Amino acid sequence: MTGEILIAAFISGLIGAGIRMAISIIFATLGEIITERAGVLNLGIEGTMLLGAMTGFLVTYGTGNLLLGVLAAAVVGMLLGLLMAILAVHLGLSQHVSGLGITVLATGLAMFIYRLKIGSPTVPPTVEPFKQVSIPLLSKIPIVGEGLFTHYSLTYLAILLVPIMSVFLYKTKMGLIIRTVGERPIVADTVGVNVIGTRTACVVLGGAFMGVGGAFLTLAHQNMFLIDVIGGRGWVAIAMVIFGNWDPGKCIAGTLIFGLLDALQLRLQGMGLEISHDIFLMLPYVLTIIVLIVASRKASIPAGLLKPYRRESKEG
Amino acid sequence: MSIVKREPLPAWRKMLVPLAAVLTTLLISVIPILIAGGDLWKSFYYLFYGALGTRYNLLETLVKASPLILTGLAVAFAFRAKFWNIGAEGQLLAGALMATVVGIKWQWLPGFLALPAVMIFGFLAGGLWAAIPAVLKTKLNVDDVVSTLLLNYVMLYIMGALLFGPLQQPGSSWPRSPEIVELAKYPVLLARSRFHLGIPLALVMVFVIWFINKKTVFGFRSRAVGINRRASLFGGIKTNSVILWTALISGGLAGLAGVGELCAIQYRLISDISPGYGYTGIVIAMLGNLHPIGVLFASLFFSVIIVGAQTMSRMTGVPSYIAEVIQGVALIVMLVFLLFTEYRLRVVKK
Repeated sequence: MTGEILIAAFISGLIGAGIRMAISIIFATLGEIITERAGVLNLGIEGTMLLGAMTGFLVTYGTGNLLLGVLAAAVVGMLLGLLMAILAVHLGLSQHVSGLGITVLATGLAMFIYRLKIGSPTVPPTVEPFKQVSIPLLSKIPIVGEGLFTHYSLTYLAILLVPIMSVFLYKTKMGLIIRTVGERPIVADTVGVNVIGTRTACVVLGGAFMGVGGAFLTLAHQNMFLIDVIGGRGWVAIAMVIFGNWDPGKCIAGTLIFGLLDALQLRLQGMGLEISHDIFLMLPYVLTIIVLIVASRKASIPAGLLKPYRRESKEG
Repeated sequence: MSIVKREPLPAWRKMLVPLAAVLTTLLISVIPILIAGGDLWKSFYYLFYGALGTRYNLLETLVKASPLILTGLAVAFAFRAKFWNIGAEGQLLAGALMATVVGIKWQWLPGFLALPAVMIFGFLAGGLWAAIPAVLKTKLNVDDVVSTLLLNYVMLYIMGALLFGPLQQPGSSWPRSPEIVELAKYPVLLARSRFHLGIPLALVMVFVIWFINKKTVFGFRSRAVGINRRASLFGGIKTNSVILWTALISGGLAGLAGVGELCAIQYRLISDISPGYGYTGIVIAMLGNLHPIGVLFASLFFSVIIVGAQTMSRMTGVPSYIAEVIQGVALIVMLVFLLFTEYRLRVVKK
């Protein structure tokens, strides 16, 4: 009997932790999907998440208001998205390099501003983070109920955004326009779509998602800002986009599996196995690479990705 | 307003572009300095004094430049072939790790071979670590940006596992290895400084890469693959093999940077042996326009900024992370400037 209770608690805890692990990546993945669907690869994702995490933390630390922090993170993400759009869309610079430039700049700014505002105390300051909200009734379902239905409000928002993004991309006119801009910009241009404007809007919107993904880490998942708080989650998000073939549903399924395995490795670590915890920490990254190997065989990349669009050019 | 191709610029004006980019970068970095409340002239004075003001400071700047030149070359060489190697950081760590293993165990072989051995094995380790994403790219169509990035984290944790395991210094509870043998250490070449073998070595590598790029068939093929992989394949170039060799050399250079940090600076492996030299190498490669000489100057500029920022931070209270901000600004400014060497803005009147 106690064994069963323990197993039930283990499963419930695992599901809950798995979802929590996935959420920041889900936000970032959604942001990257809409960006790439419009034909822009945004490697600024890691830096955008970090600056979002830092800004969200500082604003909440200063005002005590969590929503204001999330909002600020979104705005900062949008600003970085705008910079990315100016470089990669308007000026048509290499998307790879522009994105990396954004990451370098945003990382520098995040560390610079944090040090300026907070200094370097031995114990980093904390905020009162988001509280988990249980959904009545559903969270009482045996075994899985608590794991599935007791979460931060941001978590519910992230999960809700997945079908919204799917419907938006596949069932609305705007979605069709975005996909056309990403696949065949010249076709979109011919029928009167503003390619540059559409791409800009998508990169900016995507930036907001990435910023919020970062803020989730400092305002919900943890309650402080550390310089390595993102720890490659942005890059994992980019891998997840490839894994899910640029389809929000599939990408997020991949992200959730990733989160579950991440939570599992944490729990195995806690069991006192005679294996270095670095090996466990390494597993998510190795796993992501394996997932990429499997997924890349049949990847259907948006045809216009990485190609700057200029009226005069014959490509596109 | 639209962007149109312009007439090619004369060579002397192209040479001025990086200089203009550096000046613009310094001009923009006035903003964060002022925001941080630093006195402007004092800040810039200590930035340059800290990097160049005394013999020791100047030599320290060159010490800092050594790994930056090598990772910058590594990234530039790979990017030129459009092998998007963002993994110089992991390859650097692989090199340092291998040099540690060889440097600790080198007890029972002729001593004079220790130095060449750490270098060669470090180079190989970095190269092989870069070969993984190259093979994944060519054989399995795996995106190289993502795989090289993820492998950085994998190597970081492999190193961590070894530092808490077989490589840990006996009796220590810190993640650090024992010291390597004396003979595996890079000799210091100038008295009262840390000016070591790795600095001339980096300069030699600048020349070697320049030579490969300009004077060898492989350099030509590597560039051709970068410009158009499909056309190169149809033109009879074995593109997969070119990408693999490019990766080996690129990773090897980064590995060599790791060997230098280990054998000339730290003498023992620690988990934070690299403060992100691999990532800085990306910025340097771009700032140097993927050209070895450009990489050399970009590295020198960045080591001035990085070393000088420490002094500036101590004297004015501006956080030393200003160096990272300047790096990001420099990259973006350079990108935009390079664009306008080939294109110009045309104002369309309606």
